[in-house]
Amino acid sequence: MFELDFILGHMNYWLFTVLMMIGLYNVVAKGNLIKKVVGLNLFQAAVFMFYISIGKVTGGTAPIFPTDMKIDPDVVYSNPLPHVLILTAIVVGIATTSLALALIVRIREEFDTIEEDEILEIETEMVRKENQACGDVMGGAT
Amino acid sequence: MSEQAHVARTLADHLPILVVLVPFLAAPMIVLLGSRILAWIIAFSASLTTVFIAILLLLQVHEGGVISYHIGGWAPPMGIEYRIDAANAIVLLLIAAIGTIVLPYAVRSIRHEIDQKHHTLFYTAYMLCFTGLLGMVATGDAFNVFVFLEISSLSTYVLVAMGAKADKRALSAAYNYLIMGTIGATFFVIGIGFLYAGTGTLNMADIASYISANGADRTIKTAFAFIMVGMGLKVAIFPLHQWLPNAYTYAPSAVTSFLAATATKAAIYVLLRFMFSVFQPDFLFEMNAIKGIMLPLALVAMFVASLIAVFQTDFKRMLAYSSIAQIGYILVGIALLSTTGLSGAIVHLFNHGITKAALFMAVGILVLRSGSSFYARIAGMGKIMPFTSFAIVLAGLSLIGVPGTAGFISKWILVQAAIEQGWWPIALAIVASSLLAVIYVWKVVEVLYMKQPAEGLTRKEAPLSMLVPMWIMTLATIWFGFDTDLALTAARSAADGLLNGFTMAGGH
Amino acid sequence: MRHHLILRVVTKALIGPIILFALYVQFHGDFSPGGGFQAGVIMAVAFILYGVIFGLNAAQSVFPTWLVHKLMALGVLIYAYTGVATLFLGYDFLDYGAFDPHHPAHGQHWGILAVEFGVLVTVTGVMMAIYYAFAERRPRISDKDW
Repeated sequence: MFELDFILGHMNYWLFTVLMMIGLYNVVAKGNLIKKVVGLNLFQAAVFMFYISIGKVTGGTAPIFPTDMKIDPDVVYSNPLPHVLILTAIVVGIATTSLALALIVRIREEFDTIEEDEILEIETEMVRKENQACGDVMGGAT
Repeated sequence: MSEQAHVARTLADHLPILVVLVPFLAAPMIVLLGSRILAWIIAFSASLTTVFIAILLLLQVHEGGVISYHIGGWAPPMGIEYRIDAANAIVLLLIAAIGTIVLPYAVRSIRHEIDQKHHTLFYTAYMLCFTGLLGMVATGDAFNVFVFLEISSLSTYVLVAMGAKADKRALSAAYNYLIMGTIGATFFVIGIGFLYAGTGTLNMADIASYISANGADRTIKTAFAFIMVGMGLKVAIFPLHQWLPNAYTYAPSAVTSFLAATATKAAIYVLLRFMFSVFQPDFLFEMNAIKGIMLPLALVAMFVASLIAVFQTDFKRMLAYSSIAQIGYILVGIALLSTTGLSGAIVHLFNHGITKAALFMAVGILVLRSGSSFYARIAGMGKIMPFTSFAIVLAGLSLIGVPGTAGFISKWILVQAAIEQGWWPIALAIVASSLLAVIYVWKVVEVLYMKQPAEGLTRKEAPLSMLVPMWIMTLATIWFGFDTDLALTAARSAADGLLNGFTMAGGH
Repeated sequence: MRHHLILRVVTKALIGPIILFALYVQFHGDFSPGGGFQAGVIMAVAFILYGVIFGLNAAQSVFPTWLVHKLMALGVLIYAYTGVATLFLGYDFLDYGAFDPHHPAHGQHWGILAVEFGVLVTVTGVMMAIYYAFAERRPRISDKDW
């Protein structure tokens, strides 16, 4: 099953998986909010590339018909559908990225940091104060 | 493009697209006009129209089975198809109804919780979220689901972040939700990519007929796994629920009541649609995934999330954890893999939607009058705000599943479905975790009625614009507790529609 | 950027061609790769470049923030109402054949032109809005303190 042919023949899958995992690792492991967004972008870009690669037809050319619409039946065209889908997904990706960055700007204004552990510290402190003020009604649970 | 002579279409033919189009048109209109009062009027009339359209659709599918609508006149499987059957018509109605009832409630609530300059944008984001959820449910095209999913998700992140005026943690909650949600959506897209690679089509009915004709190879199995995990993040299946408590707690109350009742429900519908219609359940791999993974996780969710809910000191956060537990019930119903179980899941989806909407609205009212939803702050409210508190009691009973409320019906069907299969332990587990619900609901009742109110707060009953929508929801939970036929027949035909909708009508 | 004479002169010379190129990409989208998305981004680049070189205030006096917000909404409405128009002509949503029932291919041309125009307007608006949203924020440390 794992002969050289299999490995080389599925090269796009290998590359897509590696790139995707680099991105996902960044999202999970990095503490900096911006770096997480970068990881998220890598992760999404990997998926875009996967889609584009499955649209490729061996020997296929760009799927644009000649203007005079005289289509040569011998010409092989690549599948344009994945490209269209990914155009949509890229737009969604841009929207996600800009929204994430906007949120980070607001977080920085409110929390004065964009490091996840520091934000968590501030939040834990807030929860502790709330519990001191409001927790004792249920028997002092903090 | 049809080659034959064109037959002019009437408005009734366009209902499947109008249900998505009407709220979608409202969103840019609100921005363009830029007036706060007009914004509300436009949003409300658009969502009210959507409710009527959803009712008409439900009536149509009850008579005629399946409605298929071709965007741009391109016939499926090439074109995008909108496909309404008994299953999604009922979900469409749920989303449309709750979206409409929350709007009058939102007026006072957001005046208190969101800066005035953001009000028009709030309604825009709300309408976009509404559009996205309806679109996710209405469409019959796999990639289109992703597009609408992202429309609803992106606007949800914005709506959650709007809670930042009251508590800055709304921002980090929205950010975490964004990261988790995007990973989920991207997983979903990978799944669809694999499906497309495996079947060569994106139309759900077409994929279904391909799989039933050719069986599932490894690519399609991989697609199934990715779609389950991706949607699981959106549904907040137990270990993937991390985004939910903070997002629900810190979002503005109107947003929470809308999201809790609709967003996870729409995601569950998509999950169901893919599990039962696109990948038919006759495939062994799926059975194993459901029985071996989903069922245990759902059972764990029922107990762990309920237990966490018991130890909360914040009413809103307690309800958020209870939502995770209730999603567990729905998943148990799905995992039973029978028509009874599935219709139990759908009834619970519906009932839990209205119950949670009522409860979160009540929380919003308490927040409006006492500044926060901590038990210490809302103590003794039973005497000062009798209408709100009594609604909480009634909706709380429905959350537990006391006879005479909507929650009882759905849990009863779930227990019935479990016994039908001879799975006694599961029936017992459903009852046992309901006992946990008794504890956390009782704690709220105790706080509301048996504690002395805190000092120095403005205390009076809430404005009518908030009370009425909340009571509509509360009475609905009672109504569906007695009028069981309506919900049951709808759910049963929905379950039938899911289980054999595509194979029955898949004519190509 | 007041003293960067070359940058300012070159920018002024470039803005016109950039907008022209955007329109080329827009209208040539019928026959070759291109269309509203690309054209919208290129169009926005012209204004963003202006903003980067001459300052945010100058850019906003040309292209005020409120206008950007309205444009975003307007483009979406142009797109959606093209679809609504086809509904009223008795065809399916976005079935451009409605615009020329006797010769659907011509109808397709008209329809796609209208829709792409909506996309152009929205994408230009969105790109400008993103730029303004981030550029408008006052930095916490002024440039001199760096």
